[in-house]
Amino acid sequence: MSGEITFTIDGVEVKGQAGQTILQAAALAGIYIPHLCAKRGLSPWGSCRVCTVLVNGRSQAACIQPIAEGIVVENETENLRRIRRELVEMLFVEGNHFCPFCEKSGNCELQALGYRLGMLAPEYPYFFPVRELDASHPDLFLDRNRCILCARCVRASQELDGKHVYGFVGRGANKRVAVNSGEGLVGTDAAVSDMASEICPVGALMKKRVGYAVPIGKRAYDQEPIGSHVEKTAQMGGQR
Amino acid sequence: MKGMEENQKDALREICGRFANDRTRLMDILLEAHRRLGGVSGQAVELIAQTLRMPRVEVESTLSFYAFFTTKPRGKFVIRLCNDIIDQMHGAERVGHALCEELGIDFGQTTADGTFTLEHTPCIGMCDQPPAALINDRVITNLSGDGAREIISILRKTGSLDHLNLTLGSGNNSHPLVRSMVRNNLRERGQVIFTPLARGSALGKALAESPAEVIKNIKVSRLRGRGGAGFPTGMKWEFARAATGENKMIVCNADEGEPGTFKDRVILTEAADLAFEGMTIAGYAVGAAQGILYLRGEYAYLLPFLESILGERRAAGLLGRGILGKPGFDFDIRIQLGAGAYICGEETALLSSCEGKRGDPKNRPPFPAQSGYLGWPTVINNVETFCCVARILENGPGWFSSIGTSDSTGTKLYSVSGDCDRPGVYELPFGVKVADLLSMVGAHDTAAVQVGGASGQMIGPGDFGRTLRFDDLATGGSIMIFNKSRDVLRIAEAFMEFFCEESCGYCTPCRVGNRLLRDRLGQVASGKGRSEDLDYLKRLAETVKMTSRCGLGQTSPQPVLSTLRSFRSEYERRIKPPVADLLPTFDGAAAVAVAESLAQRRSVHFGK
Repeated sequence: MSGEITFTIDGVEVKGQAGQTILQAAALAGIYIPHLCAKRGLSPWGSCRVCTVLVNGRSQAACIQPIAEGIVVENETENLRRIRRELVEMLFVEGNHFCPFCEKSGNCELQALGYRLGMLAPEYPYFFPVRELDASHPDLFLDRNRCILCARCVRASQELDGKHVYGFVGRGANKRVAVNSGEGLVGTDAAVSDMASEICPVGALMKKRVGYAVPIGKRAYDQEPIGSHVEKTAQMGGQR
Repeated sequence: MKGMEENQKDALREICGRFANDRTRLMDILLEAHRRLGGVSGQAVELIAQTLRMPRVEVESTLSFYAFFTTKPRGKFVIRLCNDIIDQMHGAERVGHALCEELGIDFGQTTADGTFTLEHTPCIGMCDQPPAALINDRVITNLSGDGAREIISILRKTGSLDHLNLTLGSGNNSHPLVRSMVRNNLRERGQVIFTPLARGSALGKALAESPAEVIKNIKVSRLRGRGGAGFPTGMKWEFARAATGENKMIVCNADEGEPGTFKDRVILTEAADLAFEGMTIAGYAVGAAQGILYLRGEYAYLLPFLESILGERRAAGLLGRGILGKPGFDFDIRIQLGAGAYICGEETALLSSCEGKRGDPKNRPPFPAQSGYLGWPTVINNVETFCCVARILENGPGWFSSIGTSDSTGTKLYSVSGDCDRPGVYELPFGVKVADLLSMVGAHDTAAVQVGGASGQMIGPGDFGRTLRFDDLATGGSIMIFNKSRDVLRIAEAFMEFFCEESCGYCTPCRVGNRLLRDRLGQVASGKGRSEDLDYLKRLAETVKMTSRCGLGQTSPQPVLSTLRSFRSEYERRIKPPVADLLPTFDGAAAVAVAESLAQRRSVHFGK
């Protein structure tokens, strides 16, 4: 048995392997499904909900939902695009995201998704929360103002670095990323060479002293919209 | 910072040791640490983490999640006044004022002498006897301002909850191991739940059959889960039975947190045997040797009593090894206490909590029947469902399915509260008309009924002819009644506030969207809305409902959606045309408040 599974995304036939999620199978087929918390190499998390698709008419997170024979997936519909834009807007108004002077601007996946999904000014009122910044570590800083609680650092530290530097505390509106020390990041075994130090999609967990090494205008998403790398594989015939 | 005293360190180590230094028992360890030390400080977190050999951030993660846990020491008496909508309607605010005045502190504060801490808490399962409060584990019901003052004065004088002179409640509430003033208010006993059971009789019948036959009986009875979702119980068990796993687990969800629900409280007080019997039958049917009853922290007053029933069942050979002489059938039950988190009523969040973690729901798939508690195939059902199971085995599936309607067999317990003469628990066959229930409970001038709690729906008189059953008005049992003097938008706003408090914060739409909904609904309710806001609310509510990760967020927009549907005129009559050139949503005074405090003077324009 090959374990090959055939299904459709927006009417296009896609083949995948049993055990893959919709997001994984779509990416290999050159179809981009917008996402934030999902990251190749990390276990699925399912918190941002930006990858919401319709599976046989029911909404599911593509990063969690396994593929199945014959399922009909809707991805690039007007309604889903609007809903994803709303979710991205929610993340913007929840935190303090000042794109014009953020070091991450141009490399930021949240910002890039805002552009891709056609976000102008958020429709929602800003929360303007007061959040803590942790600059105690010599090489890293954690600015919770920009954190979107995607758990990439939490997972990368455990799954890729074999450490346990980050975790979540509090619940609901008070949920925030915390570090494994009473003294802040400096009290942990976090290192600039950790995979976790590379993986933040926004400007929350950043390396010190390299913020503007690449000037604005020459950064990843200044060149092409987020998702382009996935879609290029489609133009090349995909990776099926 | 001052170091911890040696005796405190010893206490913490002793507590961890009592639970075999097992990190999956972190809930119990933290609960016991709070009982002994009043709170768990940063240093205590460090020590627990070392002792359990786990990252301190994970201890902090669990500790910071539950409302009953704290890092700062609380007072000797922690008073938690219930501020749900029903209690508010019955004068909780007056009680709150009296408590603040008497104690000289505000909510969220502790008296300087460290004796009293005052907090608010959402529904504690006493909506049939409001206003209610918890003082430590003790439940105080039917409070008044004067009553509250008197309680404080007695506690000040005697320093003990045992001197409160509370009149003991009905039934087992007067049992020496309960001794609570809670009243059952059991108004209507039906054939399934509130009929006496000869202990062990249903289990005996189950053991005379094969596990597969037991499951077949449940399927034939067409029993559906009583928590509200209505999943066929037999099918759930079949999945768990078929799943491979060295260990399997049976979990009974007694985290009854849906506002306005209190039927599990009465089951556990008067018919706990039935629930334990159902759990044991489930253990036999799916091949599990262990069970957990997850009891909400608010019902901790029932813990010693429930433990004693488990002890009696062990002594009678109904729990333990070789149950009822059946070789190889071993099953036992432990009780896991919660610590103040509505989300733990969500089945996968409850499992996280049982594992000692924060109450985050788990990703699905896999479903609990495949991989639940610690990855074991797990059956998780509501208290009432397990009771039905025992009765089905006792009287047969045909008997059971002859009660109720074709899509909803058996009886259902309703927790009725609000504007009616006879609030309490009613056991009725499925298929009762709302209007008939309203007249049975003595409701007059009813304007709205909230069916299914905050996550259910609010219906108006136009829907009172509908029936209570899975395929019409499905409900876990909460029925809150509101008469014509109540403001339905304010009620909906209170429910949204509840969801904002209780969201676990894992996913974006629930964490952020519910706050946005609450805020805009509040603006509209207070007459600061624009006509566009109704579309904004509807669209936002649909997004939260559609994209949220678990049942909490998928149902939390219901207060908005159902009032927009049934009470649209209530919204429309508050929408006024903009005054002058200002948007009605713009609160000028609030906008300049920070600037005013910096400038240390009032705004010329808005400071009036």
